[in-house]
Amino acid sequence: MKLSYYPGCGLSGSSKELDISVKAISGPLGIDIVEVPDWNCCGGTSAHSTGHFLSFALPARNVVKAEKTGCDEFTAPCPACYVRHFLAQKQLNEDAKMKRHLENALGQNFEQSDIKIKNLIEVYIDRFSSSNVTKPLKGLKVVNYYGCALVKPPKTFNFFDDPENPKSLEKIMDTCGAESIEWPYKTECCGASLCFTNQDVVWKNGRDILQVAKDSGAQAIVVACTMCQMNLDMRQAQINKKYKTNFNIPVMYFTQLMGLAMGIPADRLGFDKLYVDAKPLLHSLKLL
Amino acid sequence: MREINVTQKLEKSKDFLRKLQEESGQDPGQCFQCMKCTGGCPVQFAMDYPPSQIMRMLQDGLVDEVLNSFTIWTCATCSTCTARCPRDIDIAQLMDTLRVMAFHKRRFNKAKNMRVFHTVFMDSIGSHGRLYEVGLALGLNLGTGNLLQDTDIGLPMFMKGKLSLLPHNIKGMNEIKRLYDYAKKIGE
Ligand code: SF4
Ligand code: SF4
Repeated sequence: MKLSYYPGCGLSGSSKELDISVKAISGPLGIDIVEVPDWNCCGGTSAHSTGHFLSFALPARNVVKAEKTGCDEFTAPCPACYVRHFLAQKQLNEDAKMKRHLENALGQNFEQSDIKIKNLIEVYIDRFSSSNVTKPLKGLKVVNYYGCALVKPPKTFNFFDDPENPKSLEKIMDTCGAESIEWPYKTECCGASLCFTNQDVVWKNGRDILQVAKDSGAQAIVVACTMCQMNLDMRQAQINKKYKTNFNIPVMYFTQLMGLAMGIPADRLGFDKLYVDAKPLLHSLKLL
Repeated sequence: MREINVTQKLEKSKDFLRKLQEESGQDPGQCFQCMKCTGGCPVQFAMDYPPSQIMRMLQDGLVDEVLNSFTIWTCATCSTCTARCPRDIDIAQLMDTLRVMAFHKRRFNKAKNMRVFHTVFMDSIGSHGRLYEVGLALGLNLGTGNLLQDTDIGLPMFMKGKLSLLPHNIKGMNEIKRLYDYAKKIGE
């Protein structure tokens, strides 16, 4: 399957380990990654906070480019980018006024867009099974943290999973051989891009999430969202400083753990890019 | 406590409320004040008015108060409220539209950080097509005066090869420029 791939600004910089691990696991799972040619930033939170046209037009330009590559599916691993592209395609197909604006702006006409826009979990969930697993993650106890962007609001994104108690990461971790612990913070919001504008929110929410994860008995947090990952991993030291805590909880992408279970060496999965080192834990469980 | 003449307020804010409803596709009048949105809001502790109160204020035509609120800027767009509202109101969408309207009216009040952040972010895409993270961090810190924000994570980021020090322009900059010019032209 040819997958149109939109790395977005985060995956070429601060979330490199997600990019690295996605690329490492896709080939063996029969997925051929084709980067969207000359993609642009989707505008993130800022575009939709400051205007209607650019928040649609910026991701729409990428969708049109992806469509031309002849791929069947499109993914943006960052949930915020995924949401913007999903909505842009919907508007392109259903909002005649916005479409006309885009055509006027670029001086081209656009067809109906049919490429299937999926979040990263959807891309892998039906393509990953125990037959891909050569090194089960025995003894690893995790909590799965979906954050908010992937699962809410339910009616808009028709993601198959439950918005309040999703289970798809549990299924993937189960296939990997890891043990998922139930906990109440699966879909709590980490504060997302408020990390730039109102850091107190991100520190408090991060502290709460890390504390509940720890109290639940998890050794690590599994994430699917770049913002969640950064706010919990990169900012864990800031949280410890602010609240005089001593959290030392690795926060890993589900794709990194899939790779490990598939027998791919850790150095090809971006483990060295994490701020809270996951290696001591993985070593102690003989998973490295 | 200040007394408010709701009939007068509503009369004065009629046009604004119609526009809000048109642009967001949501009707705040549907809210029956169950407070579920507020109960689940992860950022409520940092807001001046909880989301359910914003809804009530809109029903009473307190438009200035809503546009000047910190709530609309510090809402994280997590959509927890939307997912749970028994009246099926997309509250997150309303917050988004209110933010856009406040941005166009240059109403920022206590949201200086957000004004600087969104402006620097959009300028970065306008000039490079992609986000230039170092430029964003510098512009943000200079613009807000919080010169030391996140300087503790800059070096580790760089050491992990996660920061590129120079911006990188995409090839289709002419298209990005056309999109930006068009947005200005239609005022959206
Ligand atoms: S959840 Fe919906 S109905 Fe209830 S207070 Fe909030 S907006 Fe109103
Ligand atoms: S979308 Fe905004 S108002 Fe709604 S729950 Fe999230 S932070 Fe609160």
